[in-house]
Amino acid sequence: MTEQDRLILSQEQANRIVSRLATQILEKNVNAAEVVLIGMRTGGIFLARLIQEKLKQLEGVAIPIGVLDITLYRDDISTTDQHHFVRKTEIPFSLNGRVVLLVDDVLHTGRSTRAALDAMMDFGRPKRVQLAVLVDRGERELPISPNFVGKTISIDENERVEVIFDDEGTLLGAVVRQHEQTPS
Amino acid sequence: MSESVEKVWERKDLLGIRDLDIWEIELILDTAESFLEISKRDIKKVPTLRGKTVITVFYEASTRTRVSFELAAKRLSADTVNISASTSSAKKGETLIDTARNLEAMAPDAIIMRHPIPGSSDLLGRHVRSSIINAGDGAHEHPTQALLDAMTIRQVKGGIAGLNISIIGDITHSRVARSNIYCLTKLGANVTIAGPATMIPTRVEEMGVRVVRTVREAIRDADVIMMLRIQRERQGKVLFPSDRDYARFFGLNLENMEEAKDDVTIMHPGPINRGVEISPEVADGPFSVILEQVTNGVAVRMAILYLLIGKGGSDEAAA
Repeated sequence: MTEQDRLILSQEQANRIVSRLATQILEKNVNAAEVVLIGMRTGGIFLARLIQEKLKQLEGVAIPIGVLDITLYRDDISTTDQHHFVRKTEIPFSLNGRVVLLVDDVLHTGRSTRAALDAMMDFGRPKRVQLAVLVDRGERELPISPNFVGKTISIDENERVEVIFDDEGTLLGAVVRQHEQTPS
Repeated sequence: MSESVEKVWERKDLLGIRDLDIWEIELILDTAESFLEISKRDIKKVPTLRGKTVITVFYEASTRTRVSFELAAKRLSADTVNISASTSSAKKGETLIDTARNLEAMAPDAIIMRHPIPGSSDLLGRHVRSSIINAGDGAHEHPTQALLDAMTIRQVKGGIAGLNISIIGDITHSRVARSNIYCLTKLGANVTIAGPATMIPTRVEEMGVRVVRTVREAIRDADVIMMLRIQRERQGKVLFPSDRDYARFFGLNLENMEEAKDDVTIMHPGPINRGVEISPEVADGPFSVILEQVTNGVAVRMAILYLLIGKGGSDEAAA
């Protein structure tokens, strides 16, 4: 965290939110055994693992977890000059008939979620898909609405939300950070 | 993960291994590992190259490589067109550059070419805007084969640096051998070559390889043994007395495999001449990864198409 960063969630607050999300997920999904978690790279994976742990503590069930890389489903891949590195997608179970809980750390335009939905449909036909995010910063460009939200904030266009995890996946909090200026 | 943070893939063409940097080779291999999973799905397709057109132009017979490229393109949702020499305008006397310019006028994003003349891909790459992928140019280079071989070795052995890798057979006429020597030595392997004296190029040591006189020597210390196909179509004259003699002195079989390490890995670029360069028991045996090579071939070619025409290739995003 740098001096310019604005703290929006402390470590304690962030972890309390994860516990609340897990509780809400159980309230909405009575049969936890039919739920599977899919973490969207990269922050979503850490968050999905934390939710998995909380669900285990609360319900005593081990919810399967998969990892989704959406790079190959991005709608801007041939239109931007940016290059994108493809990382592994690992979904070692069937999605057919399951309740898929898609997990991302930050929700913004909704384009990543759309790509994730497209990708998931190539793996099977889930009974239902739900979306859980730690921070919703709004300004959607597609009609996508999350089922479980940790914190909703409104920030400037030149700012971005960064959820901070350490290398072991420990959730350390969330900050608002200025977009890096590209040298002219 | 490679150490290529902040390095961005900027190549238009893939012409050979010789001019690739190590980080580029590692980027291709890392990307290919990510693509492997797609071929295991029920729906083996992603929309990444939707709207892109890939043309394969094969002036030499090939089923395996052409199909592998075609599958790779299709699994990324590109449209593919295949042209073979027997149906092309080359039969009518058109030059390679004219053929390429006419193909380019149809606006393909990539042209994948196999041609019997060394350097033909480079020539094409200089004259057309489309990305050119060399699928084998004479006895010069076959970069995708070397990359899929490197990927297979990495999977089986966990890495390439420090391994003893022996390439056995017709080194002189083999583009597979040449590309593999470039690739494996760049990645830090100790490469040994062996084969009939008539099939070992002069001054080959300058490529950083060790030359041994007998196959048994090449087998003895090898972590990986790469057998080559006899390139009859490129030899032009008889370089060994008979298949039987070749099998006896330069083939890999159960008898000389007794010299090999307990965890040796056996590779062959295919198609294999059963009973000549490799015996059926070895080709189908527990140390063989020949079919894994074929599987990895599709993933490597997907990675290359993605990097060349799909805006893939920054390691920054992966950090």
